[in-house]
Amino acid sequence: MAKVIVYPPTSMILSDLVERMGHQALVVPGEVRKKVTALGIDSPPLNVTPEEPKKGLRWAAVDVPSGVRGRMALIGPMIEEADAGIIMRGSGCLTGCSGCNRTNELVRLLIKTKGIPVLEVNYPSEEAEARALVRQVREFLEGLK
Amino acid sequence: MRVTKYIITSPESDILPSDIAMKIYGSRHDVNVKETCFGVIVNGEEPVINELVKEIRDLDPSGIFIKDRGFPPGDPRRCRGRRGGGARPGYYMIESESKALPAISRALASEKADAKKAAPAPAKKGPLSAEKLEEIIKSEFS
Repeated sequence: MAKVIVYPPTSMILSDLVERMGHQALVVPGEVRKKVTALGIDSPPLNVTPEEPKKGLRWAAVDVPSGVRGRMALIGPMIEEADAGIIMRGSGCLTGCSGCNRTNELVRLLIKTKGIPVLEVNYPSEEAEARALVRQVREFLEGLK
Repeated sequence: MRVTKYIITSPESDILPSDIAMKIYGSRHDVNVKETCFGVIVNGEEPVINELVKEIRDLDPSGIFIKDRGFPPGDPRRCRGRRGGGARPGYYMIESESKALPAISRALASEKADAKKAAPAPAKKGPLSAEKLEEIIKSEFS
């Protein structure tokens, strides 16, 4: 079973396909869960604290906006943990932690330059594209150890 | 560790969120369930939820989709009842992706049908012929 990071990191379609085919999908809700259910966390809704932008310095420079660094504190550890990645281009909706385009560019760059197997697919807008997406993802995941 | 998962039905699926909720109520698992317009949210211990999710997926393997959720159901930081209304932040992503779910669902179903067609027919079992037995003995002791 491989750990597969998906982009967008909140994608239901990709995370479901990965889990369906017996691998572990690395998604943001897993990281958010640690932030909101751990004992001793700051009072709600401050589940992202000033500590996160400091942790984000590992992936982004100090002059990069703190929003990018805060998001990277969640997504960065997942990229480091990943054995493979699936990037879906043209996703129609990016909100929450995926709502920052600079972060998204950095995330895609880090996934592509990590040296792990990466599959890039397009967001399906019709039946034939959906079939192609499912086939490509299945073939890619079957090739992983 | 307690985890939370969304169980989301494709708009074309014959399974309703209430069917899933009733199945969970009738199961032996100790979990919290919240029924929503797009599916259900379940919360419980990780091994229990993983087992339950497999059972639920079997209701409609190509029409039910599972997604992780960070916040537990009804969490005051996300529950719209406590925040003065409006959709909760993660809902927009689900709404956006659910438009593609019928096509993905049909693609998964056709993949499954193709795999069934491609699978070789099981070999017919019959009595072992004397020639075949002789061949096996020869290859074993040669």
